[in-house]
Formats: sequence, C-alpha cells, structure tokens
Amino acid sequence: MVKVTIDNHTIEVEEGTTILQAARLIGGDIVPPAMCYHSKLKNSGGKCRTCMVKVSQGSAKDPRPIPKLVASCRTEVMDGMVVQNITSPEVVEARKAVVEFLLINHPLDCPVCDQAGECDLQNLSYEHGSNTSRFEEEKRTYETINIGNLIQFHPNRCILCYRCVYAAEQLTDKRVHGVLYRGEKSEISTFIQQAIENDFSGNMIDVCPVGALTDKPFRFKNRVWFLKPMEAHRTCSKCSGKVTIWLRGQEVYRVTGRKNKYGEVEDFICNECRFEKMNSTDWIIEGPRTIETSSVINQNYYAKKINPHVINSLKEKME
Amino acid sequence: MNQDSTKISLTNRSKVVSNKKMSFLESLYLPAIFKGMFVTMSHFFTKKATVQYPEVKRPVSDIYRGMHVLKRDEEGRERCTACGLCALSCPAEAITMIAKERLESEKHLYREEKYAAVYEINMLRCIYCGDCESACPKEAIFLTDRFVPSEVARGNFIYGKDVLLEPKDAPIDVSKRQTPEVLAFKKDKTQLHNK
Repeated sequence: MVKVTIDNHTIEVEEGTTILQAARLIGGDIVPPAMCYHSKLKNSGGKCRTCMVKVSQGSAKDPRPIPKLVASCRTEVMDGMVVQNITSPEVVEARKAVVEFLLINHPLDCPVCDQAGECDLQNLSYEHGSNTSRFEEEKRTYETINIGNLIQFHPNRCILCYRCVYAAEQLTDKRVHGVLYRGEKSEISTFIQQAIENDFSGNMIDVCPVGALTDKPFRFKNRVWFLKPMEAHRTCSKCSGKVTIWLRGQEVYRVTGRKNKYGEVEDFICNECRFEKMNSTDWIIEGPRTIETSSVINQNYYAKKINPHVINSLKEKME
Repeated sequence: MNQDSTKISLTNRSKVVSNKKMSFLESLYLPAIFKGMFVTMSHFFTKKATVQYPEVKRPVSDIYRGMHVLKRDEEGRERCTACGLCALSCPAEAITMIAKERLESEKHLYREEKYAAVYEINMLRCIYCGDCESACPKEAIFLTDRFVPSEVARGNFIYGKDVLLEPKDAPIDVSKRQTPEVLAFKKDKTQLHNK
C-alpha cells in the first residue's frame, strides 16, 4: 500500500494505481476530467491531456517535484506523492488550453448533433473552457464515410481519443477500423469503406465521448433530454443484458449501456440488445435512472429532491 | 332596523334605505332621464378608448412579444435545425417538433443537416415570455409585433410551420428586436458563431 495526497486529501492505495484512479477513490471535485481514459478498456488514456495534474512531490524518498504536468491517467502513484489538481492554478490554466485545442477542429454543431446533452466534450468545455475561440483559420473537415447501417460516423467531430479502437480490439474478435495517417491528418476510418459488422460493435457508440459515433437508427429521432432513461434488463445469451432504455411514453427510442458518473459503460452490451429489442415489452424495467440534477436530461423531470435546509434550521431553533 | 343603526359601520359608506314618497316631479322620471341621457351623450364627444382593429393598429414597443416567426436565412433556407432548445426552455411546454434529415436534393431548402419536419406551437399555452427566442442558437425563432387572431375552435390555435414560417416573398423584419450589441456581435467574424 502506498500513501498519496491529492489536493490535501490523503489516501492509501495499492501499488500500481494511477493518480486518476486514486482521485476517483477520493471522489468529489478533485477528480480530473478524462476524455480518452476508460476504466474498462485496457491501455486507454494518455491521448487527450485533459487529466493533467501537477506533482509537487515525486515520492517520500525523492521529494523533488516533476517539472512538467503529467497525465494522471497514465502516471502511477508513488509512496508519499503529493498531487495538485484544482488547487494548482497552473493545472487549471493548462486544462483550459487543452479544451481550446480539442475544440480547434471540432465543428461545434451541437444543435444538430445527437450526442448533445450527454456529451463529455460539452461538459468539459462548459466546466473548464472559455466561451470564445481565438481560432480564425478554416476547420479541418473530412468526407463522411458510411460504416454500416447501425453506426453513424461523423469524422469532423472526432477528437481522436482512440476509445473506439480499443473497444473494437478488446470486445470483438476482428477489428475492422482504426486510425489512419498521423498527426493533424489522422482520422478514424475503416480500411477501404468496409462496414463494421460485429455483435459488439455498438459499444463504439457508448465509449465515444463526443458525437463522432452515434446510433444510426436513433439519428435525429429525438433529443436525449426529452427521453426518460430507465434501467432495464433481459436475459441475453451474448451479454449481461443490463441496459438503460430511453423511453418516451411507452416507446423505446434507443438502448444504451449503463454509464457510471464518469460516463463509462459498466457492462458492454451486444447489438441484439441495443438495436433489435425496441419494444418496452422486451425488457424488465427496474426503475428510473438517477440523473445528476445539473444534467439537462433532468430538465422538466420534477423529480429534483429539494433539501429542506431552511425548514430544518428553523425547526431546530424553535426546539 | 333600529338595532342595526346603532352598530358601528366599518366604512362609513353604508346608506340607510328610505321609502319616502316621491314628489310629483320625481314621479314623472323625466328630469332623471334627461340627466342620465346628458351623461350618455357627453361621452359621444370624448376621445374613444377603442380602435377599429384590423384597419387601425395601436403602436407597440419595438420589442413587443407577439406571434412567433420562423426565420429564413439570406438565401431563403430555413434556419431552424430542430435542436429542441426552444421546447426545452419553454416554461409553458407549448412547443413540439419532429426532426428529419435533409436529403441531398433539399440543400436549398434547409440550412443545416437536420431540419424540423413538424414544428408546432400551442398558442393557448404560450405565455409570450420570449425564452424560445433567447434559447435559439440559430436565430431561427423570433417573437414579432403581430397579434394572434381570434379563433372559434381550440384546435386552430396549434400553429404549425404553415403559419409560423416566414414567407419567402414577404420577409418579416426583426432587426429592431436585436440590440446594437447583438448586431455588433453578429458582424464579428472572429466569433465561431458567425463562421
């Protein structure tokens, strides 16, 4: 066990834990945001640089600070390490710059994009970015390619996090897409316009932090905040069958995996569950999914729990 | 009666009703009728409080919030992209829409990849707060100085795109609704919004 201090919170974690995982064990505001890191996908992380933190003391043995900011999803903790995240102005400034870089080639077509409302990049730029852009040049654009009937691909929106590549590599037996070219020119693509046909290919939609890979049957059907997410399950021979179904009335608009509070899918689901079971009778509904009150999906829910602070304190005074 | 008059009145305006016998002149009623008619006739010569509506229109403020319009852009394409933010912001939940994907052959009709195939505002629900106008990221919906005409059936108050959409040949001017700051912002080409 090693001791690590993140933003003045000290925690003991096992050796080999990354700073990001240790911060998630503490929880709260001090967890660095992550776009490319996905806890269920091996080797993910280290691409987007949004999780950068400052290490002000390398370890108990060698207390020198690490001179540059490090990516917390790829840096393992050392005994006696002291990490600064939101307490360091340098980190806040760097994160703002990273958001600006990520948005340089992002088309900002949120009104059209189906991911709007549950988009990690939207949340990231809302929380850490600035509201204007200094980029005056033409944005990089790609020709859209058709990658099958189930997944809609928008190359312009891609931030090259590689999550879908790792998902395809680790969940399916034969990966048919990847990243072509290098540097600024790199793009997610299939080789020679091959369609992606695999039982677990739909998980690329769930792992994509932006709207680059979206549900094609659900395309433009409805906005996510008008739908009601419900936890549901069914017995499936291929996957766990634990999903979130997005209802409007009795109609199932789409099926997704269950995402945790960091936007990461807990159980990967198969394409049969995702695309074929579109009747609410196919599913055993467990109950409504809890959505953070800050999320736009929670709008008009009338389910916000109001904490009766004032009433309680008055009551205490009267007693 | 006698007992009541001893009571304390709250307002001092109550009058005790008397049943006294009218005089001869009073029983003719004519003086009272002429007196009443004089009051009525004198109103013929005062300034009227009403206007003859469709022919005469009362002046309204530049930012009057009346019937909505769905604007077209400079090339006559519909600006609305059915993002749903107006419906989300609407406190009266008066707006509904159904989105559709634009076909290659429809590029001259719709500005964005997605458009509103059905766009309905229930004018009975609408409270004319203008939140839809402020929420719109595409400058598609505006409230205008036009009034919603009266109807005889409730169903007629659900306005679709046939009523709301700006006619191509008769554009509706909403420039007065935009403050100098907004117009200056729109000209600023460094803003992503204007690219």
